[in-house]
Amino acid sequence: MNKNKEQLLNKRYKAEKRFRLYGQSAIFMALLFLIIFIFKIFSTGYSAFQKTWLIVPVTFDAELMMLEQNPSKEDLKDADYYDIALKSMADLDPNANENQENELKRMVSYFFEREIKRELLNDPSLIGKTKDVYLTASDDLDQVFKGNYPRDLPEDQRRVTDYQLKIFDQLVELGKVESKFNLSFFTYPDSREAELAGIASSFMGSIFSILVCLMIAFPVAVLAAIYLEEFAPKNRFTDFIEVNINNLAAVPSIVFGLLGLGILLAVFQLPRSTPLVGGITLSLMTLPTIIIACRASLKAVPPSIREAALAMGASKMQTTMHHTVPLSMPGTLSGTIIGLAQALGETAPLILIGMVAFVNTIPGSPLDPAASLPVQIYIWAESAERGFVEKVSACIMVLLGFLIIMNLFAQIIRHKFEKKWS
Amino acid sequence: MIKISSKNVDVFYGKKQALFNINLDIEENQVTALIGPSGCGKSTFLRCLNRMNDVIDICRVKGQIIINDFDINDKSCDVVRLREKIGMVFQKPNPFPKTIYENISYGPTIHGMAQSKNEMDEIVETSLKKAALWEEVQDRLHEPGTGLSGGQQQRLCIARAISVKPEVILMDEPCSALDPIATAQIEELIDELKKDHTIIIVTHSMAQAARVSQNTGFFHLGELIEHGSTDKIFKNPENKKTQDYITGRFG
Repeated sequence: MNKNKEQLLNKRYKAEKRFRLYGQSAIFMALLFLIIFIFKIFSTGYSAFQKTWLIVPVTFDAELMMLEQNPSKEDLKDADYYDIALKSMADLDPNANENQENELKRMVSYFFEREIKRELLNDPSLIGKTKDVYLTASDDLDQVFKGNYPRDLPEDQRRVTDYQLKIFDQLVELGKVESKFNLSFFTYPDSREAELAGIASSFMGSIFSILVCLMIAFPVAVLAAIYLEEFAPKNRFTDFIEVNINNLAAVPSIVFGLLGLGILLAVFQLPRSTPLVGGITLSLMTLPTIIIACRASLKAVPPSIREAALAMGASKMQTTMHHTVPLSMPGTLSGTIIGLAQALGETAPLILIGMVAFVNTIPGSPLDPAASLPVQIYIWAESAERGFVEKVSACIMVLLGFLIIMNLFAQIIRHKFEKKWS
Repeated sequence: MIKISSKNVDVFYGKKQALFNINLDIEENQVTALIGPSGCGKSTFLRCLNRMNDVIDICRVKGQIIINDFDINDKSCDVVRLREKIGMVFQKPNPFPKTIYENISYGPTIHGMAQSKNEMDEIVETSLKKAALWEEVQDRLHEPGTGLSGGQQQRLCIARAISVKPEVILMDEPCSALDPIATAQIEELIDELKKDHTIIIVTHSMAQAARVSQNTGFFHLGELIEHGSTDKIFKNPENKKTQDYITGRFG
């Protein structure tokens, strides 16, 4: 009898130990995946925050630029920079033939003309002089410099020619190649050329979409939640509505995209590819999340507070607006932020309403065409050029950073402002 | 003088009847205690007097409750005005999660009782003084009311109730969550308050009923078994059930 009991005890201890082990290994697995994922993204993406520049001597030849004597600011703006830009690249190798001159030109981005022009506009006294100018290297050379480029492939399988590599290596030796922080990744819109592509248009697109989404979803959802929770009679009909709000939260996002396409674009003729339409579509998705969060936090306000206010002679409306709603706000706001974070990471509905279009301008309002960060990831991931690989990871890093900040904010609001009930 | 008189009051929760034909007169400026075992309907009756039962969807009240020659169950009765006249203190202290000052000033604010900040300060001070709380909180009026001790919180709730100068104060087991010292303070307070207000108190404690009240009503299973002066109910009850309850044979 006694022995039997001891066996049982041992068995119980063992079972407890086993269970702890299962739990610990589950957490370990989850952490491992997370670490691998983050490591992969960082190791691929960090190099996108550096950009390679070629330092090329440029002679600002007034004749080649078709400039008169004593040119005005306007004249400088209208001058022809293409010839001096071409010439300065060709001058890198005095013995170059016509083909090689072409290859030399392709060693920098097609922005080289603009970069030279900016230099002169900053300092008009440069006319007739020669100055070293920083020119954006082509995306392939950028990758070569970062060591991501397979130089040992046979020449016909590479986009960089042996000749370009030779000149590039010479420049590196002379210290004429420099790597600097890639500011243009944040300030430039999307581009077909990886070295010039930035997230400015998709970032602004995301911001505008989220703002539109917030401005529509928040008031509608909060009013709906307050009405349902505090004022609506509890009957079959309101039960039905409640079930359907929960269903709405489970609808796949692409369905909302189709709704946006079919109604906002086709029926209401709203401008295609704009954050306005994107925001409205996302607000449909966010609506149930906020309603559910708001109702839950209204429910969490103790009934004794409502009774106290009612017994003081406050009307139903005063009780709700003076006491219940303010007390429920921390929960509602953190639910809203989490809903917005979800919307921020949403891709499918935006693709359907055309926010996947190639946009090389930075939107100034919700009515301008734009992409959004997750869609930008999708667009770049589809691109063939090697230069976009690191951009995809870098864009993911920006998006994740954004999401982490939003979730952190939600946590802070919840912990800081939530009242503790005695 | 009779302040409140209920006539043939029935209360139903859904199909279940909770109160049966209650006829009870309540004297002005006296303390009336409602006693009885758990679930006997004494709290339900109390909540009829300021129509707090309206909040419960399935609750229906029948009969007349006349206050100042006016039937509060009549359709023309405005509950906001009614509750301004009839304050209530609950079983568990339930101050608003705001400052002590805001707790008191809320009622006068929504009823437009103060024209200026000075007037409001005065209302807050007199209410807290009447609730015997002023000495303890005068230096921390702008700290949260939820930071007070249980007994202080309950006195804060009483101060809040009297801030709008109600004619009647309903108290639903106001001491059940308090320790004996806090209870004694509240009982003393009740004695003081009856000069200006008519008080109806629901209590589990017969000793408390005997201590604070002039009149007592005994409820059992939704019926008012017996009512009269507290002296008579406790010393010389007419009904067998009352006697059994008073002497602790059931309850």
